Amino acid sequence: MPLLKPGTRLRSAVCTTEVMVIQAPTIEVDVRCGGAPLIDLVAKPTAGASPAPDSAGGTQIGKRYVSAAGDLELLCTKAGAGTLAVAELSLTIKGAKPLPSSD
Amino acid sequence: MNVAMLLEMTADSFGDREAIRCGDAAFDYRALQHAARRAAAQLVAAECQHAALLAESSPAVPIALFAAATAGIPFVPLSYRLADGEIRALLDRIAPAQLITDAARAVPLRDHAGIAVVSCEVFLAPGAFEAVASLPDDGDAIAILLFTSGTTGAPKAAVLRHRHLVSYILGAVEFGAADAEEATLVAVPPYHVAAMAAVLSSVYAARRIVQLPHFDANAWIALAAAERVTHAFVVPTMLTRIADALAAHPVALPALRALSYGGGKMPLAVIERAMHLLPQVAFTNAYGLTETSSTIALLDPDDHRAAFESDDPALRRRLTSVGRVLPGVEVDVRDADGKPVAAGARGEFHVRGEQVAGEYLGHGARRTHDGFFATRDAGFVDADGYLFLDGRLDDVIVRGGENLSPGEIEDVLREHAAVADCAVLGVPDEAWGEAVAAVIVVRPGAAASAEELRDFVRARLRSSRTPERIEFRTALPYTETGKLLRRQLAAELRGDLAG
Repeated sequence: MPLLKPGTRLRSAVCTTEVMVIQAPTIEVDVRCGGAPLIDLVAKPTAGASPAPDSAGGTQIGKRYVSAAGDLELLCTKAGAGTLAVAELSLTIKGAKPLPSSD
Repeated sequence: MNVAMLLEMTADSFGDREAIRCGDAAFDYRALQHAARRAAAQLVAAECQHAALLAESSPAVPIALFAAATAGIPFVPLSYRLADGEIRALLDRIAPAQLITDAARAVPLRDHAGIAVVSCEVFLAPGAFEAVASLPDDGDAIAILLFTSGTTGAPKAAVLRHRHLVSYILGAVEFGAADAEEATLVAVPPYHVAAMAAVLSSVYAARRIVQLPHFDANAWIALAAAERVTHAFVVPTMLTRIADALAAHPVALPALRALSYGGGKMPLAVIERAMHLLPQVAFTNAYGLTETSSTIALLDPDDHRAAFESDDPALRRRLTSVGRVLPGVEVDVRDADGKPVAAGARGEFHVRGEQVAGEYLGHGARRTHDGFFATRDAGFVDADGYLFLDGRLDDVIVRGGENLSPGEIEDVLREHAAVADCAVLGVPDEAWGEAVAAVIVVRPGAAASAEELRDFVRARLRSSRTPERIEFRTALPYTETGKLLRRQLAAELRGDLAG
């Protein structure tokens, strides 16, 4: 997989999850969803595939997912059944204190 | 990172929810996205480089904003308050452009070189066009160009790129956070950054937008009641008028939960009055500039309540603060040489962050070597990180080599029981270079002499800050977005002097 950069949009090969890169490390990163590497947004998902049983935690639209190292952040733009991960390590939802509406 | 992706996400998850209402016109999120994509195809076919809008608030505003983003060209909302010649001068700067406007304005502008005029009605119903299916993916592209009011020269075109706006929205708004009953009332005109931020924030939160094209306090109250509005943004002059109208004819607004305000300095008396009149409402002061993608600091509802209920003058003063900076935004107060001032001292606010654009078309980014944008706003930050805004640096009065902040003197004058509104500005003076002049609007039924007001200021500030000249007026001149027309007032005072 080429280097990720902010704004890049990717999708899961094995579920409906779509993400946008918010922040990425400057080295290649093995980012997966449902156990399979993410693919280009316009690429076709694997026919008939589904997330691996240990990688089927699901994604939520609008949530931001971060790596343990904190150097990778993805915005989920479409929900799906797979778990986002770097290699075997699941990403976690970035909690943020909600701000009052200001506009 | 295209701003149109915000709409795409909401349309996917909340397609049936009403997105926008203006009078009888309404669009749900799916229809809004479809309209934007079809309008985008029309923009692509027109081979224009900008999509300009010269019209009052209507569903054409969000549709044109997202259509332009989908077509990959900047959206340029223009002020319909400008004179014909001023509008044409701005059009020359963005040609070739498609101009979306109402029927009355379309005819005279039809022959303007490089401008393809289309009426709002046609723009909203581009029959023959297939929707554009995919979004351009360049976060560095310009999403919105907003012309500044140009009080210090020709209007500058402030550049907001997709990455600035998306960064602001992702940092400030939780996706789909609004419940199905929520509705926000937008009464600022489309060419104000608050109107652009309202569209993007509301869409990402999946909060219904209710538009009020012409602000009038009674119309605002009636619409808020009829549409069970839960949220709204107002500029200070709007809140003053709403408070007056509510005091004259009390109307229960039980649905209203949150009122945010910004776009100008909020007088303490006005916010206190509004909090008395609307005890169920959570107030938020939002401070930001066009160049910073809207809000960069917030005085939140808890801050308001704590200050409102306190007898401690220091805490109570917080109601005049614009709050603390958002996560992801840094503020630094610097002197005229660009050096940081001592903690708590006055200077110019410099800000830095992903949402801070600080850039004008043709001028590039106006940043310091360490990436801060100089806001031209003067003020100070207290020990707890609360920002206090004095006013624009360009309004500073230089009297005998001493820099005086009009805001500081205005704050004191407003504490006088007889003062309803006031403006302090510099007028030419042979002895001092500039002298301090104050224009006072007296509260109905109250009275104060010039001498009494001078004594009042002298007792609280240094004597150099005491207005040498005091004039009384029945009202001060404001723009419809609540900005005091200081230059106009100064010119009038100079005219009076010359006369």
